[in-house]
Amino acid sequence: MNFILLLVVLLTAIAFVGIVIVLAKAISPRSYNAQKFEPYECGIPTRGKTWMQFRVGYYLFAILFLMFDVETVLLFPWAAIVRQTGVPALLGVLFFFLILVLGLAYAWRKGALEWK
Amino acid sequence: MFDFSIVTNWVHSTLTSVMPEGWAVFIECVVIAVWIITLYALLAIALIYMERKVCGFFQCRLGPNRVGKWGCFQVFADVLKMLTKEIFNPKNADQFLYNLAPFLVIIASFLTFSCLPINKGASILDFNVGVFFLLAASSIGVLGILLAGWGSNNKYSLIGAMRSGAQIVSYELSAGLSIMTAVVLTGTMSFSGIIEYQADGWLIFKGHIPAIIAFLTYLVAGNAECNRGPFDLPEAESELTAGYHTEYSGMHFGFFYLAEYLNMFIIAAVAATIFLGGWMPLHIGGLDGFNAVMDFIPGFVWYFAKAFFVVFLLMWIKWTFPRLRIDQLLSFEWKYLMPLCMANLLLMTLMVVFGLHF
Repeated sequence: MNFILLLVVLLTAIAFVGIVIVLAKAISPRSYNAQKFEPYECGIPTRGKTWMQFRVGYYLFAILFLMFDVETVLLFPWAAIVRQTGVPALLGVLFFFLILVLGLAYAWRKGALEWK
Repeated sequence: MFDFSIVTNWVHSTLTSVMPEGWAVFIECVVIAVWIITLYALLAIALIYMERKVCGFFQCRLGPNRVGKWGCFQVFADVLKMLTKEIFNPKNADQFLYNLAPFLVIIASFLTFSCLPINKGASILDFNVGVFFLLAASSIGVLGILLAGWGSNNKYSLIGAMRSGAQIVSYELSAGLSIMTAVVLTGTMSFSGIIEYQADGWLIFKGHIPAIIAFLTYLVAGNAECNRGPFDLPEAESELTAGYHTEYSGMHFGFFYLAEYLNMFIIAAVAATIFLGGWMPLHIGGLDGFNAVMDFIPGFVWYFAKAFFVVFLLMWIKWTFPRLRIDQLLSFEWKYLMPLCMANLLLMTLMVVFGLHF
């Protein structure tokens, strides 16, 4: 039943957006004007391409995020059973935590957390 | 405490007595779809009105006060206006990605919204990995924002989307670790399980120090995740016009606006569910008369009262603090908030293992 409901929610979201867009397109006025379809900037025509190279810093943080997000995925099942397992669960995760902290410390030392 | 599953079971048994099982399930699914859309739209309207009024009073203004008594029809008028505005696509935009983005943003917001346990037995999606599902579903939203910025063919949009991407993925870690701290204490990932655990005391009382730290870090991380408050630099209107939704018009823009407000509500409601007891009433040990009176107030009233209290906290923060710079934002997350969350998780584990909680 839960997965049917998941599908229902997904379809509801898609239907909501689709129906409202169709409705808005049906009742809204239309006008044509060549300048209207230009990128919205400061009034003079835009210079150069938009899809160009940008700062590498964003990429660096995305990579760091990937590393720590996988950590979250691995830790969630552990978190659910700490109460039942007790001390062995704590000892088991300490080593994992140590590696993580070392990873963060390494990234910090290398200057990956600075916005240059 | 009123159990909503009585109503759903009654509807199911009545429907199956007059028609085959498949049709009954189909009708229930349609009812659920209509219910989600209605609740979503009503909450959005309430939140936008509340934001304007709260912001007005914080700045010593009146806020909207012309349309209807105390301006309470202002938001309806705005929604109608937005609906009758033309939707058009910029000429050089990537048309497919540009049109896909609002769908992704709304899907993420609907999926997380339907996880919320509004009353006992009234949550729509109640997985046994509920909290994990919520984190996974909420990160679909960042894809929508990135596609909106990339597809619009506008430099403001691109910068806004990139900032937003970096910010949301960074703060998602802290939000995940704070929720994990609560999972360590409750020992379950399903929302109904977490609320059942709080029957004899809310989590911030039962988990004392680490739970309070986790609540605060979750609020900060959640506030950053829905691009609000001092962390609204993806759409910093004084430098990027409107950030990732600069090129969107009419209802296309309306979807981003809706999702932004509902995401704020979802953050607040999750904080209320996990740390403030969800639909559980406030009980004080020893005061039996007081507890009996509190039990008479239905669960959904408690739920919305707590959620709107946290929403008010988030608005308070938004209208009090100035906007951060991107380097301050990222170093705050990676150098302070995340190490704090990790240390807090370890502290909570120690406390649970040695039985130091209530």
